[in-house]
Amino acid sequence: MTDSKAKEIQVKPKHEVTSPAEQTKPGVVFTPSVDIFETERELTLLADLPGVAPENLTIDLRENTLTLTGEVAPFERANEEDILIEYEIGKYYRQFSLSNVIDQSKIDAKLTDGVLRLILPKVEEAKPRKIEVNT
Amino acid sequence: MFYRRLFNVPTWGFNKTFRDFDRFQRQMDELYGALSGGALPMPSAGVFPLTNATEDSDNYYVRAELPGVKSEDLDIQVTAKGVSISGERKIPVEGNNVKYHRREREAGKFSRSINLPDDIDVDKVDAKLENGILTMTIPKAEKTKPRQITVS
Repeated sequence: MTDSKAKEIQVKPKHEVTSPAEQTKPGVVFTPSVDIFETERELTLLADLPGVAPENLTIDLRENTLTLTGEVAPFERANEEDILIEYEIGKYYRQFSLSNVIDQSKIDAKLTDGVLRLILPKVEEAKPRKIEVNT
Repeated sequence: MFYRRLFNVPTWGFNKTFRDFDRFQRQMDELYGALSGGALPMPSAGVFPLTNATEDSDNYYVRAELPGVKSEDLDIQVTAKGVSISGERKIPVEGNNVKYHRREREAGKFSRSINLPDDIDVDKVDAKLENGILTMTIPKAEKTKPRQITVS
């Protein structure tokens, strides 16, 4: 058996944001789990946002601060009674500061199956360039 | 929710109050946990995925957060008393030349079964996966449904 086959996912309780900025609405706010990786050309961010519909996700980038806000529409009906509750439903909020200069016009965001894939291409100057030396 | 079960308090009309109470209770537990060094913030079976189950007069509803899990990687089995959810969450490899800054998302296999309080109608279970949330609608067996009786 390979390593990936043997591994089982461990439970990770949702992490509640302790002091979200400008909390004006009632409700719980969670920090989504993310993967961020970089290549020479771009920065990619993957975030787990279960329950967030594409129209309820806001991505904001200004002055190198990236803000993700995902609203979750309540899907339980009023007449339902709880039997077992292991997780709470709330919105998602997370901020990142980006060190590289990002080309804001070419940002691409896709939300499929509750996972956001955000591609942030670097501006031309930030990409490494090979300089030929002539003799 | 634990206290409600324990003392068998009827929940009609008090649902909201109890929910607030549960939340308060949990926050207190969290506080104690933070002080004494770790306790689970919510009562949980400790098995992925975390699951919520609710009921109304006709159905049970089982919901689980499974972001990034495709429906073909999910296996759902139904028995007369409950459901079991198993599958695998796959995170594809993103090429060799990448430098990771954060790696918080996890991949792997999971398997979990949930027993429901009463018999269910095995043939009419419906499951859908939408925006990373699995919702199963499980009709109660005809004999366990509440019945309206008219006084003549």
